[in-house]
Amino acid sequence: MNEHSFENWTVGCQAWHSRSVIHSAERARKRVTEMNKYDAIVIGAGHNGLTNAAYLAKAGLKVAVLERNSYIGGATVSRELYEGWTYSNCSYVCSLLRPELVRDLELPRHGLQVVPYGGGVTYKRDGDHYGNFYDHERQYREMARHSPRDANAYERYTADVMKQTRLIRPFLLKRPPDPTSLKLRDLKDLAEYGKAFMGLGEEGLVEALKFWTKSVGDFLDEYFESDVIKAHMGGSGIIGTALGVYSPGTAYVLLHHYMGDVDGNVGAWGFARGGMGSVSAALAKSLQAFGGDIICDADVDQIIVRNGATKGVALKDGTEYHADVVVSNLDPKRTFLDVMDAGDLPADVVKKAQNFKIRGSSGKLNIALDGLPTFHGLDKRSPLMLGDMHFSDSLERIERAYDDWKDGTWSKDPYLDMLIPTQTDPTMAPPGKHMMTVFVQYCPPLVNGRDWTEEDKSGFQKSVIDQIAKHSPDFKDLILHCETRTPKEIEAEAGLTEGNIFQGELTFDQLLFNRPFPGYAQYRGPVKGMYMCGSGTHPGGGVMAAPGANAAREILEDLRKPNTVPEGYPDD
Amino acid sequence: MTDYDVLLVGAGHNGMVCAHSLAKAGKKVLVLERMNHPGGCAHTREFAPGFSVSSCAQWLYQLSPSVMRDMQLEKHGLIFAARDLASVSLAEDGDHLVLKGTTLSGAGIGPEDQAAYIEFANKMQRFSKLMAKAFGVRAPKLVESNISDRMTLIKLGLGLKLLGKDDMSDLMRIVLINMYDVMEENFEHPRLKALLSLDGMLGSHMGPRSPNTVFGYLYRRIGEVFGFNGVAQLKGGLGALGESMAASCRSAGVEFRYGVAVAGINTHAGRATGVTLEGGEQINAGLVVSNADPVTTFERLVGYRNLETGVVRKVSNIRNKSGVAKLHLALSALPEFNGLAKDLVGNRLVIAPDMNYAERAFNAVKYHEYSEAPVLDISIPTVNDPGLAAADGQHVLSAIVQFAPYEPAGGWGDHRERFLDIILSQLERYAPGIRQLVLASELLTPQDLESEFGMTGGHWHHGELSMDQVMMMRPFAGANQYATPVDGLYLCGAGVHPGGGLMGLAGGNAAREIIGRGESA
Repeated sequence: MNEHSFENWTVGCQAWHSRSVIHSAERARKRVTEMNKYDAIVIGAGHNGLTNAAYLAKAGLKVAVLERNSYIGGATVSRELYEGWTYSNCSYVCSLLRPELVRDLELPRHGLQVVPYGGGVTYKRDGDHYGNFYDHERQYREMARHSPRDANAYERYTADVMKQTRLIRPFLLKRPPDPTSLKLRDLKDLAEYGKAFMGLGEEGLVEALKFWTKSVGDFLDEYFESDVIKAHMGGSGIIGTALGVYSPGTAYVLLHHYMGDVDGNVGAWGFARGGMGSVSAALAKSLQAFGGDIICDADVDQIIVRNGATKGVALKDGTEYHADVVVSNLDPKRTFLDVMDAGDLPADVVKKAQNFKIRGSSGKLNIALDGLPTFHGLDKRSPLMLGDMHFSDSLERIERAYDDWKDGTWSKDPYLDMLIPTQTDPTMAPPGKHMMTVFVQYCPPLVNGRDWTEEDKSGFQKSVIDQIAKHSPDFKDLILHCETRTPKEIEAEAGLTEGNIFQGELTFDQLLFNRPFPGYAQYRGPVKGMYMCGSGTHPGGGVMAAPGANAAREILEDLRKPNTVPEGYPDD
Repeated sequence: MTDYDVLLVGAGHNGMVCAHSLAKAGKKVLVLERMNHPGGCAHTREFAPGFSVSSCAQWLYQLSPSVMRDMQLEKHGLIFAARDLASVSLAEDGDHLVLKGTTLSGAGIGPEDQAAYIEFANKMQRFSKLMAKAFGVRAPKLVESNISDRMTLIKLGLGLKLLGKDDMSDLMRIVLINMYDVMEENFEHPRLKALLSLDGMLGSHMGPRSPNTVFGYLYRRIGEVFGFNGVAQLKGGLGALGESMAASCRSAGVEFRYGVAVAGINTHAGRATGVTLEGGEQINAGLVVSNADPVTTFERLVGYRNLETGVVRKVSNIRNKSGVAKLHLALSALPEFNGLAKDLVGNRLVIAPDMNYAERAFNAVKYHEYSEAPVLDISIPTVNDPGLAAADGQHVLSAIVQFAPYEPAGGWGDHRERFLDIILSQLERYAPGIRQLVLASELLTPQDLESEFGMTGGHWHHGELSMDQVMMMRPFAGANQYATPVDGLYLCGAGVHPGGGLMGLAGGNAAREIIGRGESA
C-alpha cells in the first residue's frame, strides 16, 4: 500500500531515472562532453510545461523540460508528507483538464484515471446542513427543504449557467484574438467571438454581458433566497481569488470552476487516482513517448538573450542549455522579473510585469487522519461526505472572511473547501486511515505587511481546525499529522509568486487578450524565440493544460511546423 | 380621446430636458410632479429656519453643454456661484492636499506624483471623451441593431482604434477593474490615491477595491469633457437648475402640474393610455414618459401584474442599493479647519485619509451597518453663495456621507442620532469646535432620500452604475432604448443610458428616440 502510493508520486522523476530523466550529477559530466543543444527548452515541469513540451516533441522537435525541484508537476503533484500518506498537496481535484488533450496525448494509456465524486455539503451553524445529491429528484427535495422557491429556481439557474459555459468552452483551446491588431487572423478570430456572442440573440447577449460583469453574490441573489444554498454555490466564485463574493467579476470565477467536465459530464469534478501527481506523471510519460527529455534539479538562473533573440538558458550551477526556442511555464512575474534580464526587455513589459496582479489569497491544510471523522447531522457513510464540504452557511460570512484578507490577515472565520479523497481513492492512505485536504480562503501572502511567523501560522491553522471541529466532535482526536501551507509555502515549493494558485488573478484586466498583459496575450514574449505557456496566459489557471497546448500551437506556427495541437471539440 | 400628446411623470432634470425637446418638436406635453416644485434631485430646500441647502445633489460637475445651450438655462435664471473649484483632501494635522485643475499642492506631494497625475489625467480625459461619444446617443443594440445603432458602433469602434494600440489596450484592461489597483499602479501619496478613488465610488455601493470603480471614475471625468474643471456651485443652490429648466420648459409650451402624485400608468391592450392620479383623476395621452426610476415605473406605476414574468424578473434584479447619506448643518459661524487657509474653505473638502480607510468605511454597508469612520465630501455653499443663510456670518455645511445602509437591522431609530454623532466627531477632528457652531442638523439616510425624492433604494443614479448596468444593459434588455415592453411607455430618467449625475443626457436621448419614431412611437 505504502509502496504503491510512493510509486505513484515518484513516477515524476525516479521512475525514469534510467531512461531520459537526467539528474544533476549526470549533468555535470555531460557539461564537458555535450553541447546540451535542443530545439526547444521549457522552463518548469508543471502540467502546462509538460503539455507544451509533449506537443512540441510530437511535432518532431528535440525538447527538454527543466525543473527546479527534484520531482515534476509544479502544483500538480502527489507527495508523501507523512509516512504512508500521499497528498495532492497543491491542486487537489480535477475537472478542467481539457478532454481533447487527455485523448490526444493518450493520458489514460499513460496511467491517468479520473474518478468523479458526488456529494458535497455545507454544514450550518444550527446543526442542519445543505447537501448536494447526484439524483435530480433528491436534489430538488433537499433544496425545497431549505426553500421551495429556490428548488424551483434551480432548473433556471443551471440552464443559465450552462448557457454561459457553452459560450466559453469552444474558446479555451484557442489563442485569444488581439483586438488592437488588424491582422487577418486576429480579425477572423474576433469575428468568431462576435459570431458566438451574436448567436445568443439581443436579450441573450445582454444577459451574457451582465453575467460576465457581475458578482457571484448578485448573480445568486437573482435566483435564490436561502443563505446556505447561496453560500454553497457561491464559494466557487472566490476560490483562489483575491475578491469577495460581492465583487463584480466573480460570477466569471464561478464559471471558471463550472467549465470543466469529467467523462463528458460538464461541471463535474473528480479525483485523479493516486493524486494530482498522476496527471503530471501521465503527461510526462506522454512527452517521453514522443522522445522529450525531462531534467530535474535544474534551477534556471537566466534566459540567455543575444541580439534580441533567445539562445537558451543558464542554470544557477552554471550549466547552459542551448535552444532557439525557450518557453517559460513560470508565472509572468518570475518570467520577466526573475529569469529574464530587464536589459533584454522593452521597458513597458517590465512595468506590466511589476503591475501584474498575482496576490496570494489561499492557504491549505493537508491532514492525516486516524479514521473517518463524523459530522453533526450526517451518517458516517453519508454519500454527501464524498464531495466538497464547507462550513460557511451564508454569503455574508464569506464576504467577512474577505474583509480580513483586505485588512492584511488570514480569515478568522475562513471559507473552507474540504475533501476526504481517501473515501474514493483508498490508495492514498494506509487501510482504514484517511487523508483530508482543506483549501482555505482567505490567507494573505504577508501578515499586516510583514512575513509570516510561526505564531501566525499556528493561529491560521487553529482558525481552520476549530471551524471543522465545531461540526465534527471526533475530528481533533483523529489528527495524526497536519501540514499547514500559507501562500509563503506554496510559493517556495511550487514557485507560484505570492502563492497565487492561478498564476495571476482571474480579473478582467487579466483575462483573454489581457492575459498576462495586453499585447503579449498570444503566448509570444517580447524577445524572439521566447514564449509563455503557464496559467498566467489564456485561458488561465486550474489544471486545464490549455495554456500549454495553445502556446505549442503558436510556437509550431512560428517554426512553420505542422500543427499537432487539437483546437476544438466538435461534440461539445 | 387624448388630453395631451405626452404625459411626463416627474419633473426631475431629465424629465424636463425630455419635455423641453418634445415641446420644441411640437408635442403637447404635461409634466406631472408629486412635489410642489420642479427639479427632483436638483432642488434647494430650507432645512432649518433661515438656512437653505441643495437637498439632494450638492455639486454640479457634468451638466451637458448641449442641454445648457438648447434650454438656454442662463437666460432662464441659472447663475454660477462658483466654478472649477479645487478638491481639498483634509488632513487632521492641517497639511492638506489640494487638487486644482491638474495641479497638486501641499501635503508633501512629490514631483513624481504630480507628473504621474498629469499623465494619468490626460489619459483618463481621452477615455472619457470616447465615453461621452457613447453617452450622447441611445445605447446601440448589438444583434438587432438598425442602421443608426450600427453607425454608433462603428463610431465607437473607430474611436477606440483611434486611441492607439497602447491606450486602447489600457482602457480595455482598466475599465472593469478597481480604483485601488489603478491607484497603486500610478501613485504614491496615500491621500491622493484616496481622493481620486473617491470619485470612483461616490453615490455608489462600492469601495475602492470594488471592481468597476474605474468606470465610475471615468464617468465622473465626463465633466471635464463638458467643460467643468472641478465641481461647480449654482447661485441659490441646485434648485436653480430645476427652476431654470422649468422656466425654459414653460417658455417652450410645456405645462406643469405640481403636487399631483401619479398612482398608476394606465394600459389598454398592452399599450399605455395615460395615468391615474392619486385621488382618482385620469389623464389620457398618446404617450407616457416616466422620469421615475425603472423599479418605481414598472413595479408601482405599471404594476407587475400587467407585465410578463421575464420583465418582472429583470426589473426586480436591478441593483439599486445605495450607500449614501446626506448631512446638512446650520452653523452659527464659519468653521475653522486645522491649517486650512480661508480662501480654500469654499472648495470641495474631502475626508478620506487613505484607500483602506475608504474600504473599511465601505465594509460596514455590506452588512447593513453604517461606517464607524465614514468618508465625507463636504461643501460649505454659503462661502460662495451667502444668500443660502438668512443672517450674515451664518453658514451651511452640506456633506455626502459614505457609507450608510438603506436601513440598519432594526430600523434607523436611535441609529440616526448615533450616526450623526459619529459624523460630527469625525468633523470635529478636522475642524475643532464645529459642534458648538451647529444650530440645526439634518441627516438624510438612503431611506429618507428614497421617500423624499422617490428614488428606489435612495440611489442617486436610479440603479448602480456598474458595468453590468450600463449601455445596452441599462436598465435591462427590452427597455434599453427608452421604449419599454409596454407600448407607448418610455423611460427618460437616470435609470436608462447613460445614467444620472445631473448630465441631462438620458432625457435628451429619450426625446430624440420618441421624435425619431414619429407616429410609431
